[in-house]
Amino acid sequence: MRSLLTLSLLLLGLLARAQQAGYQVGDVVTDFNLKNIDNKNLSLSSYPDAKGYIVIFGCNTCPVSRGYEQRMVALQEKFASKGYPVIMINPNDPEAQQGETFEDMQLHAQKSKLTFPYLEDPGQVVTRQFGALRTPHVFVLQKTDKGNRVAYIGAIDNDPENEKSEQINYVQQAVHSLLAGEQPEITFTKAVGCGVKSKGK
Amino acid sequence: MLTKLVVYTALLNALLLPATAQQVALATVDQLEARFAGGGDTTYIVNFWATWCSPCVAELPHFEKFGEAHRGEPVKVLLVSVDARSRLRSKVVPFVKKEQLHSEVLLLNETDQQVYIDRVSPDWSGSLPATLFVNTGKQLRRLQEKEFTYDQLVTTYRSLK
Repeated sequence: MRSLLTLSLLLLGLLARAQQAGYQVGDVVTDFNLKNIDNKNLSLSSYPDAKGYIVIFGCNTCPVSRGYEQRMVALQEKFASKGYPVIMINPNDPEAQQGETFEDMQLHAQKSKLTFPYLEDPGQVVTRQFGALRTPHVFVLQKTDKGNRVAYIGAIDNDPENEKSEQINYVQQAVHSLLAGEQPEITFTKAVGCGVKSKGK
Repeated sequence: MLTKLVVYTALLNALLLPATAQQVALATVDQLEARFAGGGDTTYIVNFWATWCSPCVAELPHFEKFGEAHRGEPVKVLLVSVDARSRLRSKVVPFVKKEQLHSEVLLLNETDQQVYIDRVSPDWSGSLPATLFVNTGKQLRRLQEKEFTYDQLVTTYRSLK
């Protein structure tokens, strides 16, 4: 009887875990090796001097993600030199969404004048690892002795329309805290965005 | 000249006002909750969508068809747009007209995503499209963050009973 109870508790735990697929704040991430739009592969370890990373799941076709691109460029401009470069990964399956092929990404980056790497994710392996659900979906990572640790997950700011007088810039605040040797005050936010496109979904 | 202007303005108002006022009303989460609570045995199928979200736009006809096919049953389809309020007249109302939507269309009258996404459902990440199935009488509330086919919609609805 007791073992049955233990087993069911274990199963419940597993179920709960399965529901929260992907990284949580505090998790250490596995490095990736994905092709950038310049045809060269890129990993987190490609940046030996980085103090952390601003990993953004973004794409070509989502209006919300596109609406944030200039703010992504601003993040790169502001934080790359301070050790927090922006890396964008396209989470969509190009067979499930038109306009998301590698060639489309190259064209889009050129047209939008993106100033940071933009990586494809064949088979959506890294997308699932991270648990990216929508575009844009940001993961701020901090380099530690134990590896690259997730410090913040969520939105870039609280203002998708870029029109509020009192903007809260979640990612900027998170990186500023990390640069000051502190943990971010806000570590998780939700936001309306385009669902990641997968086949059969 | 002045009378002409007055007549035209009146005509214009008569044409425009009912269309905007009736077709797409604003609704806060509180107002939606009140609606659910007052619905008796009605199941609400609340589809969260936006004019800029192409998979949302693609699945809207399934919700329309579902509403038509289940008329007379205690089930109500609400299409709740999360477009910015500033786009109500420029985007949402013209879209509803163009697509000739028959379901009730509302525009979510909320601005703080950190508050309203969780209030709709803690299971919602904010990704679109998302659909909430609610029946307060049966204490049922389920959010599905996916694109529905018509058959999936019918199957999900039947599985709720």
